[in-house]
Amino acid sequence: MADISLSGAPQRVDDIQSSYMAQVQRRRLYGGLTLLIFVVLMVSGFNIADDRNAGGFWEGLHQIGDYPADVLSEAWAKRADLPGLIVKYFPALVETINIAAVSTLIGALGGLFLSLLGTRGLARWPRLIPLFRRLSDIMRAVPEIVIALVLIFILGGGPVPAMIAIAIHTAGALGKMFSEVAENADLKSVEGLASTGATWSQRMLLGVLPQVAPNYVSYALLRFEINIRASAILGFVGAGGLGYELRNAMAWGPGRFDEAGAIFILLFGTIVFFDQLSSRYRNRLTEGHGQ
Amino acid sequence: MTTTDLNLTKHEAEKRFVRKRLIAFGIPAVVALYLTYIFFAFDLAGLAQRANLDNAVTLASDSWSHKVHVTRDNRTGQITYAVEGERKGRYPKGTRPAWVTGDDILTIDLGAGHRVRYLPDNRTAVEIPGFPLIEVQAKGRSLTTNLPDDLPDWISASDRRVGITTPQGRITLTGARTEVFNYFPGWELFWFTLDSPYHGHGLATILFGDRLDPTRGNVAGALSDWWNNAMWRHKDVAWAIGETILMAFLGTMGAAIIALPLAFLAARRFSPLLLIRAATRRVFDFVRGVDALIWTVVLARAFGPGPLTGALAILITDTGTFGKIFSEALENVDQKQIEGVSSTGAKPLQRYRFGVIPQVVPVLLAQILYFLESNTRSATIIGAITGGGIGLMLTQAIQTQKDWEEVAYYIVLIVAMVMFMDWFSGWLRGKLIGRNG
Repeated sequence: MADISLSGAPQRVDDIQSSYMAQVQRRRLYGGLTLLIFVVLMVSGFNIADDRNAGGFWEGLHQIGDYPADVLSEAWAKRADLPGLIVKYFPALVETINIAAVSTLIGALGGLFLSLLGTRGLARWPRLIPLFRRLSDIMRAVPEIVIALVLIFILGGGPVPAMIAIAIHTAGALGKMFSEVAENADLKSVEGLASTGATWSQRMLLGVLPQVAPNYVSYALLRFEINIRASAILGFVGAGGLGYELRNAMAWGPGRFDEAGAIFILLFGTIVFFDQLSSRYRNRLTEGHGQ
Repeated sequence: MTTTDLNLTKHEAEKRFVRKRLIAFGIPAVVALYLTYIFFAFDLAGLAQRANLDNAVTLASDSWSHKVHVTRDNRTGQITYAVEGERKGRYPKGTRPAWVTGDDILTIDLGAGHRVRYLPDNRTAVEIPGFPLIEVQAKGRSLTTNLPDDLPDWISASDRRVGITTPQGRITLTGARTEVFNYFPGWELFWFTLDSPYHGHGLATILFGDRLDPTRGNVAGALSDWWNNAMWRHKDVAWAIGETILMAFLGTMGAAIIALPLAFLAARRFSPLLLIRAATRRVFDFVRGVDALIWTVVLARAFGPGPLTGALAILITDTGTFGKIFSEALENVDQKQIEGVSSTGAKPLQRYRFGVIPQVVPVLLAQILYFLESNTRSATIIGAITGGGIGLMLTQAIQTQKDWEEVAYYIVLIVAMVMFMDWFSGWLRGKLIGRNG
């Protein structure tokens, strides 16, 4: 071995050093170029965005605090009404949470089927795997607002369009994450069940689901967090719930800022609350089942 | 093992079985109960009445077809032909569709024996197979017709307005004007509007044929006419998609740049002071909790509507998310590499650069690229609120409630854009940190 590597002209240390330096320099050059391109993209992108915005960045910068200050000062001045307003908007909050919860439930169910039907080794119809994968890709790619706006036109405003829209997107997104988990599932139990003559649904229910359930529930909880935000945003375009109330409160402008303030507080509190709750449960699920 | 022991184990096992059974029945029962509550809370029973199925039919048929309006102004007697009835889609003077014939008496052939005749004195005759000839006379603001009292449900008539809907086309008559809508499949004028010399010519003619417009070359002229198409606004659409991607790019990258140094402050290993650590974490929780919706609303007040506002809203929200993820990644770095670097006499900054950053870069890049894709979707939604990008064009097109073919076009583009960003971020991730990184 030693003979082979030493055969040919023995390399001098200088050569090795200079070739190493050349490599380092080339790496630095590429790194620098990448960085330069990135900086140019960021700066020119910022300038384009700034140009196409109604107000400029530098003029607006010192006004960022104005609106929150207005809202807060008015809400503070009318702080006696605040508990009443929070009670008033509580039903809207419940609706927002309900939209998120139902769409997560339905979406998780859809994602479950999409993932089982689209995973090699588990699929009911192996030939249709690409179909179910593309289906979940497309469902994932459609932003909720697209489906929500179209459905609002057909079904009228209210929680149902938002629920369907979020459920479709959730099914696609969870379908992908679920199938990544299902790919790593141990197939021995499935084979064992198959040898007893179990049907496909029995194999899935008894062989696969117990293995993947903790991860699935954990992903579904994460999705629930995301869906609360989504359902608030969809409310803003007319799909009911807290977002809808927020848009109305904002449309009234000054004088009703206490209402906007109350909605801000409710929304902020809800998001933080469910974030904490779900992250606690997710930790328990993925790290030793709470023991 | 004694009998009592065995009994105890059996008892224990039975208890567990009972618990398992309870859970197996309990969870579906709770879900079913909750869905029942939702059924009433969301008023699903009343949805059937609120739903407007006519809208659904309009949407479904308009999204893949277009209509050509033939309009007679009953005061001036002037006739206009226009695609979708829009000024931009008007036929130039002296031209008209081939299915309209005649000069004094205009015959509009809708196909399958359906014919409409515009007669002098604002009279109109509608010929529909299997139905007696309909004659309508417009006078002032009212209409006189020969329609019988009991009408089929595809005709609606009053003395002010008559509407006839057939599978071949639609006819509406009022005192002021008579209009015929003839439906055709496809997105008309998608390439060129009627005033462009290239309208109606194939790709081969444009590429290899004679010059259609003496003042410009065929390819350049055709490209510019397509780009500036007033009906489909390809230029604005391209800009809007660019704006949406720009919002996602600026927001994601800006958030990553800001979050990285802050994440060091929030990680236990690099930030010994509890106070600073806790304060940074609360800042992350706060900006994340306020949510992109509220940030958009607040920032739109300061910067006005536009892509910059959307980019900043994404930036602020994601700074919190990235901060949290990054600091968790930083807590999990391997100490050995840092010790190795510091044993060479590296200063703190060099220790971070060569000991820490190379370890966390794959994790951070994977997260950033994943968020780039997901933020493209968020940017579409934020754009609809703050007024920028393809999201705004989509909401505007939906709000007009008639340009459904444009809505369908935008939806296709949005889905294609998100799928492209998904593919692109996956590709970049593969290039930068290896397939399994």
